[in-house]
Amino acid sequence: MMPPAFEYYAPTGVDEVIDLLEKYGDDAKILAGGQSLIPLLKSRITAIPYLISLSGIKDLSYITESSNATRIGAMTVDSDLEYSDTIRKRYPILMDALGKLADPLVRNMGTVGGNISHGDPSNDLPAVMLALKATFVARGRGGNRNIKARDFFLDTFTTALEHDEVLTEISIPVWKEHSGGSYVKFEKGTWNFSVAGSAVQLRLENGAVVEAGIAITSMGPKAMYIPEAEDYLLGKKFHKSVISEAADIVVEKSQPSPDTYGSVEYKKNILKRITMEALENAFRRSGGVK
Amino acid sequence: MTEKEVSITINGETKTAEVEPRMLLVHFIREIAGLTGTHVGCDTTNCGACTVIMDGRAVKSCTILAVQADGKKITTIEGLSKTPGKLHPVQKAFVDKHGLQCGYCTSGMVLTSFWLLNKKKKVSEEEIREAISGNLCRCTGYESIVDSIEEAQRNLEKEGEYTEEEIPVRRGR
Ligand SMILES: Cc1cc2nc3c(=O)[nH]c(=O)nc-3n(C[C@H](O)[C@H](O)[C@H](O)COP(=O)(O)OP(=O)(O)OC[C@H]3O[C@@H](n4cnc5c(N)ncnc54)[C@H](O)[C@@H]3O)c2cc1C
Ligand code: FES
Ligand code: FES
Repeated sequence: MMPPAFEYYAPTGVDEVIDLLEKYGDDAKILAGGQSLIPLLKSRITAIPYLISLSGIKDLSYITESSNATRIGAMTVDSDLEYSDTIRKRYPILMDALGKLADPLVRNMGTVGGNISHGDPSNDLPAVMLALKATFVARGRGGNRNIKARDFFLDTFTTALEHDEVLTEISIPVWKEHSGGSYVKFEKGTWNFSVAGSAVQLRLENGAVVEAGIAITSMGPKAMYIPEAEDYLLGKKFHKSVISEAADIVVEKSQPSPDTYGSVEYKKNILKRITMEALENAFRRSGGVK
Repeated sequence: MTEKEVSITINGETKTAEVEPRMLLVHFIREIAGLTGTHVGCDTTNCGACTVIMDGRAVKSCTILAVQADGKKITTIEGLSKTPGKLHPVQKAFVDKHGLQCGYCTSGMVLTSFWLLNKKKKVSEEEIREAISGNLCRCTGYESIVDSIEEAQRNLEKEGEYTEEEIPVRRGR
């Protein structure tokens, strides 16, 4: 299947990308790994007259660690994160998500920046970034702007990025001692996307929660974080009744719609089960389960 | 639309052509380089029949534009064996362990297996199954494919052919 014809640019600098985005306006779009965009073009769900590839820009692919954050270049491919010792050591929650994201061949092309910028409520990395309380760096005409993950996802396929802004970096804070997280995904069929996904990140002091991040995939118009469940957990220690109640809050705040994957009731049942599992894993990984 | 000049090194040979930007890599390989061992199955990024190795990574060539592959090194099934008439140890394992029936998925399966086995020494059955999760087979039921990849691992160990200088694979977990 051929995509509809388009003009292709692969500039070597972010500023040239911004120039082209300004010049062609809504007719132009950024191409990263293409693993979402090219299928959409081939099936002619969308047509884009001007494609601007980021692949010619050398310095957008990196993983660097400092004492308080891990910085990831937007063009870093998913599998580079998977193989990174820094990521494995610091963010088990991200390793859970990467291992289940699409398939190994798609992960060899798809980028972290593309997974986030696409604004697909079924993509796995947005919920993980919400739970980890990451910050994104967007570069536009006026320079760099930091956008909190929690202010980034606005609606289905809609993010806080302006049309002429490029997502250049993802910055994930280091979660201090006695912290841990987990991502549990329930998938159906060969298409790999989730029926539901649940991301939980916790930090404990003396076994009790002092900081929590909880977010969900495929359970609403966008990746959603659930502050009510996060607040509920503060001060709580691991107990079956605690994780069950927290999961109930998550389910209550979710907004699934019925589709070929199942009814609203079915999806809520799945979400309850996987959220309890993610909570239990997160408590265990933070050392909170005896 | 403005055609673009694209140079892609496939199995060590550089092909240069003016192509429409919307041309997919798999069509460049099949129609311009004339190498038809790379197949198109689903054409929707699901089946992996179009798998090739690009700069050390196994990828789906039906979901990459030829212009994105400009300047890159590609290995297709035709380039796996360096000796004409002799099968690569991974290919031989698929023959010996009946890892194919109709053969449609096979070039993709073999290339994904090659990538996996060169990326990491000693893979478990679980890792093999996970690695081929983006490659579909409608014939074998996968058991004989998994057997083939385990056999390929033994072949590579025996023959010490792990480090393929000419086809570098990005190493990782
Ligand atoms: C078979 C299959 C299964 C999949 N399963 C999953 C899954 O289970 N979970 C999952 O999360 N994903 C899944 N995906 C999607 C995949 O992860 C994509 O790689 C990802 O959604 C997009 O990343 P990309 O680099 O390929 O971006 P592209 O497809 O190139 O771009 C996607 C969108 O983001 C925009 N964009 C990209 N980069 C930037 C940037 N730096 N700044 C601003 N805008 C940008 C583009 O303009 C475009 O609108 C699947 C894809 C396929 C084909
Ligand atoms: S033809 Fe490319 S994945 Fe099926
Ligand atoms: S051998 Fe026929 S599809 Fe795999």
